[in-house]
Amino acid sequence: MIASSFKRRATFALAAITSVWCGAALAQDTIKIGYIDPLSGPGATVGEVGLKTFQFLVEELNAKGGAAGKKFEVIGYDNKTNPQESLIQAQKAVDAGARIITQGNGSGVAAALVDWVNKYNERNPGKEVLYLNYAAVDPILTNDKCSFWHFRWDANSDIKMEALTNYMKPKTNIKKVYLINQDYSFGQSLRTIARTMLKAKRPDIEIVGDELHPLLKVTDFSPYIAKIKASGADTVITGNWSQDFALLLKAAADAGLNVEWYTYYAGGTGGPTAIKQTGLNHKVFAIVESFPNDELPSARETEKAFRAKYNTTVLYPRAFNEMRMLAAAINKANSTDGAKVAQALEDMKFEVYGGGEGFIRKDDHQFFQPMYIGSFGDIDKAKEPFDEEGTGWGWRQIAKIDIKDTMLGNTCKMTRP
Amino acid sequence: MSDTTASNSRSGETIRANPRSSALRAAGPWLLSAAALVALPFIFRSDTYLTVMSLMGIAIVFALSYNMMLGQTGMLSFGHAVYYGLGAYFVVHGMNWAIATRAPIPLPLMPLVGGIAGLGFAVIFGWLSTKRSGTTFSMISLGLAELVGSSSLILRTFFGGEEGITTNRTKLLRLTDWSFGSQFQMYYLIAAWCLISAVVMYALTRTPFGRMCNAVRENPERAQFVGYNPQVVRYIAFCLSGFFAGIAGALAGINFELANANLFGAAQSGTVLLATFIGGIGTFVGPVLGAVLVSYLQVMLSDITEVWQLYFGLMFIAVVMFAPGGLAGLVQMHAPVVRAGVIGRLMPSYLMAIVPALLLLLGVVMLIEMTVQLAVKQSEGPAMKLFGIGFNANQPWPWLLMVVLLASAYALFRLVSPRLSAAWDSARVTAAERGIVI
Amino acid sequence: MGRASSLPLNLWDGATGNWVVSFGTQHFLIKRRGNVLELVLISTLNGVLYGLLLFLMASGLTLIFSMMGVLNFAHASFYMLGAFVGYQISKWAGFWPGLIFAPLIVGGVGMLVERFGLRNVHKNGHVAELLFTFGLAFVMEELVQIVWGKAPVDYRVPALLDFSAFTIFSTNYPAYKLFMLAISLAIFVGLFAMLTRTRVGLIVQAALTHPNMVAHLGHNVPLIFMLVFGVGAGLAAIAGVIAGPALVTQSTMAGLLGPILFVIVVVGGLGSLSGALVASLLIGLLQTFAISSNVSMADLFSFSGFAPQPNTILNDLWRVSVAQIAPILPYLLLVLMLIFRPTGLMGNRES
Repeated sequence: MIASSFKRRATFALAAITSVWCGAALAQDTIKIGYIDPLSGPGATVGEVGLKTFQFLVEELNAKGGAAGKKFEVIGYDNKTNPQESLIQAQKAVDAGARIITQGNGSGVAAALVDWVNKYNERNPGKEVLYLNYAAVDPILTNDKCSFWHFRWDANSDIKMEALTNYMKPKTNIKKVYLINQDYSFGQSLRTIARTMLKAKRPDIEIVGDELHPLLKVTDFSPYIAKIKASGADTVITGNWSQDFALLLKAAADAGLNVEWYTYYAGGTGGPTAIKQTGLNHKVFAIVESFPNDELPSARETEKAFRAKYNTTVLYPRAFNEMRMLAAAINKANSTDGAKVAQALEDMKFEVYGGGEGFIRKDDHQFFQPMYIGSFGDIDKAKEPFDEEGTGWGWRQIAKIDIKDTMLGNTCKMTRP
Repeated sequence: MSDTTASNSRSGETIRANPRSSALRAAGPWLLSAAALVALPFIFRSDTYLTVMSLMGIAIVFALSYNMMLGQTGMLSFGHAVYYGLGAYFVVHGMNWAIATRAPIPLPLMPLVGGIAGLGFAVIFGWLSTKRSGTTFSMISLGLAELVGSSSLILRTFFGGEEGITTNRTKLLRLTDWSFGSQFQMYYLIAAWCLISAVVMYALTRTPFGRMCNAVRENPERAQFVGYNPQVVRYIAFCLSGFFAGIAGALAGINFELANANLFGAAQSGTVLLATFIGGIGTFVGPVLGAVLVSYLQVMLSDITEVWQLYFGLMFIAVVMFAPGGLAGLVQMHAPVVRAGVIGRLMPSYLMAIVPALLLLLGVVMLIEMTVQLAVKQSEGPAMKLFGIGFNANQPWPWLLMVVLLASAYALFRLVSPRLSAAWDSARVTAAERGIVI
Repeated sequence: MGRASSLPLNLWDGATGNWVVSFGTQHFLIKRRGNVLELVLISTLNGVLYGLLLFLMASGLTLIFSMMGVLNFAHASFYMLGAFVGYQISKWAGFWPGLIFAPLIVGGVGMLVERFGLRNVHKNGHVAELLFTFGLAFVMEELVQIVWGKAPVDYRVPALLDFSAFTIFSTNYPAYKLFMLAISLAIFVGLFAMLTRTRVGLIVQAALTHPNMVAHLGHNVPLIFMLVFGVGAGLAAIAGVIAGPALVTQSTMAGLLGPILFVIVVVGGLGSLSGALVASLLIGLLQTFAISSNVSMADLFSFSGFAPQPNTILNDLWRVSVAQIAPILPYLLLVLMLIFRPTGLMGNRES
């Protein structure tokens, strides 16, 4: 009994050691990217789209020869949308030879990862890990908690609000605004900045409601809609995503609430279906870095190829910017060393996915690019070929926010190695 | 109160009364465990394995503390993670305080802060909930867990909202040149606390108090007749359990250098229940086995299959239905047979039973994975790999094979099971004849 | 300040649309925007509707508990399964066949679960039974995700009912919600009639109070158990079919409602149907009204001029509004109830 279990343990150990050794050997052959996002459970709907996007990008980049003579490889790690689990998976990714990790869903996870990467790099000099953030938008990540090892390609929540309020500024039909957001860090930072910016840019706008509801726990939004209705609002600003967005719109349509919706995530998985169901034709607006119907011809080609392959829209144009810039940075540094790649990325200017030039700000490692506001509804199929989620409706660009109108200051005090 | 002092003095007597040889025999397994804990990092060297083993250590303390209530005192709690999570929060706050004030407290003592926090809250919440037993107790634990869980979003100053509170474990006073920055050093800290906690919890089961817990579980009325108030016994067990859950949480807080609301969520409470039950609530080692298995599967299973939770649930149901004593129960069942020296008689039928068991497992895995490939991973096409063999899930032959596997597993089970039960009965009878109590 | 009036009394001043909060002889104005009467009416309707929906599920749970002594953790999973099966049938044959067949199918699944799962676990005691349903909830959620995916499915309100029934002030009230209300009420009445007027009902009723006696009288208890479990699952499925189109049909829907059901069953009194009804309505109204109130301690005591230091726990408590704590109110109620009246509102058994 003891002998056999020892033998088993020994083979196990041998297997472990060889796998680690192989991992190290393989790491020299490919540039491994640890993709850490939910791949099971409720969060997986978005996590899986993200993984597909990165797989698509790896193929694209490898077809062009990779970077610095090496091919890219992306490995998915399921973090179950849990910060602690993310740290375990990050450790696994690093052990498997990844020096670059990427993540996007959940600001709590992002904050935990930034903290982990900082500590890991401090404690393991020479093995620095880079954290490329493609969608976590909590402003704190490029302000008070900014890190040399973290880069963010999505416009943070404050930048989006800056762009959105700049668009709302000249619109005189907006008189009463209602804010409804999820009760967690992102929703709170959104409501605070919305209040401040609206007050500064349009002091005549009355904020008639400022609601926080529990995150992903509300089954029926009718009571909230009743409140919005009673407030007499003509415009609602919300950062809600996933079921909190779908249910909110459904309840609004049921009660016949006739307002305009300014959103961050109407385009997220399930969002278009919900809007179509409620029949809110060109009443829901979203702010994104590009819309499929108004892109460069090259981006349209990519959109077409992506849809053909995965039957879903390019949800994360920012991931394209991220990976293409990473390849450029590795080529520039001619190295995959974390610190060198980070230095190459700082201040990098780049032709962005949707057209125009974007750049990374050295002070806080935030990426800036032109932003667009689109409205969702029926489209002219001849000119606008892409609908969403098979609804027949699609996005139409209604405004472009120039890069200078998205620039915001920051409080980052970055410590550099 | 009088109960505890009484039991303490009596336990002192029992220990003194023990002859030296039996004391050595009792210490044997612990010394072996200690040696194994020291040796493991030299066998499993990678940081991933160190991380997983650290998690196992934390889970062992947590599951053992849970079993103090469920297995030993018969209290089914759905909110044990409350004390775990609060332990983590208090230790992280305590560490940040110690770093800020340069208080001379070394990291290895910090888990006590979590333990005391767990104890403190168990004293309060236990007073409310242990007045009742059975289903009512379970429901109160559920309600309290939801209350504490939700309050983390309200009391942001303390709980840090969704992002939680972070700390840095290397910044505390160092007694040696160990900074505890590496996972290797962290592992030893957890292993030490795990061993100490396990020894203390085991010792508790040997005291008269531990016996009273069992009595309260079996028959509260009778326990009352012998002069113990079951409510008080439950309360004390609850508090002690909260203490060790707090230690486990503190270890988790130190390990991740982070405390957040996930630590006391329903999922965490559910996991400890699953782990404890899968391991077996009837024995002391059961929860240890369960904690090791479940932590390993939680971290590693998601790499192999995206529907890991389904396997998890099926495994749990299988344990509840066919092995209510858990893994440890299965092992324990064989103890008399082994002692009687007739385990050999079971081996032929066990070997035969392995075949249909493997076929069944294979068939079920095929069924699940092929369905997943066709339903969930539509966009990736029907080509898939299972056990290193590539095939297309939309072809009829793999499905046919799956059906054949399941059918033959069923047929073979029908064939083997009479032999198995005959062999089992004869082994048991022999064991009984040789005077071994079953 | 008189003792009797030391509790704050909320009054709505219809003329100005403000709330007047009175402490004894002191009155304080809390300014509100919009029409409060409208809000109160709509909230009442929404609360009753939500409460009745909860009752549809809680009734099945209570039935199962009173007969078998099992708190079925997977009960909300049957609700979810009902919604998905209803959705699937509605895609093939329309909403109405779904309303009839989905509960039957799910009820059948429930009976199979009882026959081949729960019954085998029964000998190991209630804890084992409870844990079995705990594992079942896990498995059912995963299976539904495999079959129907993780994203919400497009389950539509039937065209026949897709219009607004009436308008209060300026809020439309959809006909479908009235339909939900009617179905819930009908089921409630039917269930009560069945329990008090039929033979099966009498046996079930007897089992509420004297479970052992029923067995001794020679009734086929295993069969009754199986049927009751099936009916309970079927009731949950009805709730799923009618709630699916109105709310969201997604694999997370079980987890959202599951814990609340326990609150209802316990608060109402374990094994009491009418208690479950009262508790359902109570919780439905409590949550809906709490959501519609923005009052916080800071508002209530603004006259005192007291303001806690920022970044303290007291400040957090001071600023949180009733709407924000709405989701935890049921649990607070549960804990208080179990401490002060462990039998629940109308129950007569402790556990």
